[in-house]
Amino acid sequence: MLLIPCPWCGPREDDEFTFGGEADIPRPADPDALTDEQWADYLFMRDNRRGHHREQWCHTAGCRRWFVVERDTVTNEILGASTYGDSQ
Amino acid sequence: MSQPFRLDHDGRIHRDAPLQFTFDGRPIDAFRGDTVASALLANGVALVGRSFKYHRPRGIVSAGAEDPNAFVQLGHGARTLPNRLATVTPATPGLEVRHVNAWPSLDFDLMSAFGLAAPFIPAGFYYKTLMWPRRLWPLYEHFLRHAAGLGHAPDAPDPDRYDHVHAHCDVLVVGAGPAGLAAARAAAQSGARVIVADEQAEFGGGLLSTAQRVDGLPAPQWADAATAELSSAPDVTVLSNTTAFGLYESNLVLLAERLHSHQPDNAGSESGARVWRVLPKQVVLATGAHERPLLFANNDRPGVMLAGAISTYLNRYAVAPGSRAVLFTNNDSAYRTALDLADAGVPVAAIADVRLESDGDLPSQARAQGIPIHTGAVVVQAHGRGRVSAAELCSVGGAPLGTVECDLLGVSGGFAPALHLHAQAGAPMTWNPQIAAFAPQPSHDIHPAGAVTGHLDLSSALRQGTAAGAAAAAAAGCSNGHTPAAPRAAETPSSDLEPYWLPPGDLARAKPQFVDLHEDVTLDDLRLSLREGFESIEHVKRYTTLGMGPDQGKLANPLATGVIAQLLGRDPASVGTPRHRPAYSPVSLGAIAGRHIGPLADPVRVTPMQEWHESAGARFENVGQWRRAWYYPHPGESMHEAVARECLAVRHRVGILDYSTLGKIEITGPDAGEFLDRVYTNAWKRLRPGRCRYGLMLGEDGMIFDDGVTARLENQRYLMFTSTANAAPVLAWLEQWLQTEWTDLRVYLTSVSEHWSNIALAGPRSRQVLAAAGTDIPLARQDFPFMTFRQGHVAGVPARVFRISFSGELSYEINVPADRARHVWEALFDAGRPFGITPYGTETMHVLRAEKGFIIVGQETDGSVTPDDVGLGRLLSRRKDFLGKRSLSRPDSVRLDRKQLVGLLTDDPAQVLPEGGHIVDAPGRRRPLPMRGHVTSSYFSPVLGRSIALAMISGGRATLGGRLYVATLDEDRWLPARSCHHVFYDPHGARQHV
Repeated sequence: MLLIPCPWCGPREDDEFTFGGEADIPRPADPDALTDEQWADYLFMRDNRRGHHREQWCHTAGCRRWFVVERDTVTNEILGASTYGDSQ
Repeated sequence: MSQPFRLDHDGRIHRDAPLQFTFDGRPIDAFRGDTVASALLANGVALVGRSFKYHRPRGIVSAGAEDPNAFVQLGHGARTLPNRLATVTPATPGLEVRHVNAWPSLDFDLMSAFGLAAPFIPAGFYYKTLMWPRRLWPLYEHFLRHAAGLGHAPDAPDPDRYDHVHAHCDVLVVGAGPAGLAAARAAAQSGARVIVADEQAEFGGGLLSTAQRVDGLPAPQWADAATAELSSAPDVTVLSNTTAFGLYESNLVLLAERLHSHQPDNAGSESGARVWRVLPKQVVLATGAHERPLLFANNDRPGVMLAGAISTYLNRYAVAPGSRAVLFTNNDSAYRTALDLADAGVPVAAIADVRLESDGDLPSQARAQGIPIHTGAVVVQAHGRGRVSAAELCSVGGAPLGTVECDLLGVSGGFAPALHLHAQAGAPMTWNPQIAAFAPQPSHDIHPAGAVTGHLDLSSALRQGTAAGAAAAAAAGCSNGHTPAAPRAAETPSSDLEPYWLPPGDLARAKPQFVDLHEDVTLDDLRLSLREGFESIEHVKRYTTLGMGPDQGKLANPLATGVIAQLLGRDPASVGTPRHRPAYSPVSLGAIAGRHIGPLADPVRVTPMQEWHESAGARFENVGQWRRAWYYPHPGESMHEAVARECLAVRHRVGILDYSTLGKIEITGPDAGEFLDRVYTNAWKRLRPGRCRYGLMLGEDGMIFDDGVTARLENQRYLMFTSTANAAPVLAWLEQWLQTEWTDLRVYLTSVSEHWSNIALAGPRSRQVLAAAGTDIPLARQDFPFMTFRQGHVAGVPARVFRISFSGELSYEINVPADRARHVWEALFDAGRPFGITPYGTETMHVLRAEKGFIIVGQETDGSVTPDDVGLGRLLSRRKDFLGKRSLSRPDSVRLDRKQLVGLLTDDPAQVLPEGGHIVDAPGRRRPLPMRGHVTSSYFSPVLGRSIALAMISGGRATLGGRLYVATLDEDRWLPARSCHHVFYDPHGARQHV
């Protein structure tokens, strides 16, 4: 069980949340300018990082906000959470 | 029975409270305070079960949760509990106890022929030997399953209630032995909120079976006082009969609290167990240690017990587990057992000590009492069949030392910390050579204390417990300046143990020597595994089933680590231990399920018209969590007949459908149109208020994700309909883009799915029905054309009415606030009677839409289908970007052989194709046959008087009219059909425009 620190609601059990995959993958501004390989890289390729990982979570059963969690993928320790407002 | 092995004094049992329970139908006398195991031993019952594989006779080994043999079945019928340990089950009046693994009876076990005929079946035997001929495997398997039973499940639904408790605390203390009690006291005195749990019926652990003193009191009395103090403390929750069975991330600890009274006269239900989900800030692990068994031939005979367990039965339960004992040890602790036995008047015929010298405090006391001590000696074989009758001794060099008669053989191979919870959490552990076992390392929120750290004496347990309790409270932010003092006990110096894994020389070849008693894994099985190359302890486990029993190898694994290390000539630290996983002890499935059963297993969502549908005789189907009316059979009508009647009613007159389950999302804000442009494939900004448009939503991979109609209610307000099952995923998807990517868009999303109920009127007479029900909305064709939206009142209720159609007929979808929906539904139904209005369900809805070739996301599509694949390429805007657009030009998206949506007409018009049926160009027996595609939807169309089907066919649109064959479950039967355009009825949409 993960105790996820929602930036708006505080720590809650993970069954209130939806996982949204790796964070910080911006949508290309002009998809048509990309080669098939570059587009496929955006679509499919993820780091599957061992250790610290920035990832998206949504507090689906709470405030419904998406935010970024930094988690250690080995220990599952949660190192922090930030809102999109903070990071942009 | 007269309890011949009950001592006549001392013990924690209540001699003034005798009781009786049954074991395999035989009455067993006991006292309150007994466990089932202590009572069986008091009555001289040596044989409690048969082993899993060889059906060898087995007895009680331990006095706690680590026992590999003492699994029994409790109670009978619906309330029976399999695989409970006699060693931790309190004896209660009338309790029914049965053995679990013998057939036909415990004393005469046919299956033990396994042990006679084929002396020892090596690991992997079944899979290597019984594989041929392969067709007989089901027969073998049936026999093996019968042979390897492990109790039986209840034969009826359990009437008892099971609960889940969610709890928070500052400090959770697992285990209430000396370290746990000291820790709980210290934490509570520091002002922390404490939960303390112990798997036994009484708190005290080892304190209850020692003659030592704490703070001047006999240890059991001190334990009682400490327990009383904790029970009366305001912020301490005291849980007995409660096993902590799992420790997870974020320090979530699961506790199973056993409450079953097992009173046979209790006819009604009671709470059987509670699972506590505890989120403590800090955990103190005072889980103790398990004594390690030792290897010798026939080390599984009843009467072979852990030395510490013998002391527990003597001191705590006033039971002598035998009448003449031999002890076999590699450390000092067995000498305390020898002294306990001598005190109880049980002669100790010999102590075999692996060590060449034993001159510590306890050995000296034993020697002074005249107990024969053989140093540098080992037991190499137990004699006796049903029960041990003698122990055969050898020197550590292998020289015979003779045979000593005994009916009790106590063994102690040292103590292995019970670090299971610690290891489950992934916290680090290290090999401690002093105890020849792994010991836990403290982490920032887990504090081991007591024997689990490898320190076995009472005084350090009390000291460590106090320190851990105080440290945990401080780390949890509770500190009131009070420094708790550790309770005091005499120091008991002890000398080091001598690791002992394998018998000397050829004696290590003697058979059988059991490493895992529960799983019948022998020393030879480990050798075989290593010989065949399975050297990693995880491979050994899987090859031999080491540690896979319900005891989770509590005794076997610490022994196996050393044995494997010696066989491989490696350091035990590098061998490691199999990964520890929850559950530490068996937990009943009822407790895990709690109240989440029956109607509470999953929420059932119903619309405001549910009761109307029920009284109209509807049959229901589940769509996600929704319960939807499926069809409304008249008395005597089959489903086929009912659906045909409903379909024709809609096509010729008028039908009414409860479509409230559709997802509805209101999209507001100045940038709402721009937002829709980005998430839908078609153009939205120029849609005028009051108009509706069908939209397709793609994933970024270009595949269809959802579809539905969106209406522009006002300039900056849209209402999006999603498919029923996709309501939540679509909302989450839209929110994700808004919140993480397009944060500059001023757009707000609100789910209104349950706010607005949706009633669909469909059929050529629907306009007349709506008018008759009363509405202020002009209904003439030119006032309210197809694909528009009007706001007004229907039957006196504010309504949003959409002229959209999923049936291809003239149709109105009437959205009204949910609390008025039943009224509007009934008003429409009453108004429709003169027009022949017919309620219809989801089955008819599906037939009607299939006649029109409308797709259903998730039926025609499966996440690998593009808009062009289903003939909706016209909805792809060329003038703007949208989610998924770039993917539509990927090479895979433009393959010519992509599966495309087509219709199928069977040669036999009465033949309805099986949905999911695979489609080939030509049937045949050769395999594999090249597949062209599959049937996605298939119905009998009443209006066409024949069957229709939709299918996804490779290159389908280019080969319309071609002959195809659909496979059936009978591989010689193929159903011929021709492909056709996928719109079967009213191809130009004339009927919905009237």
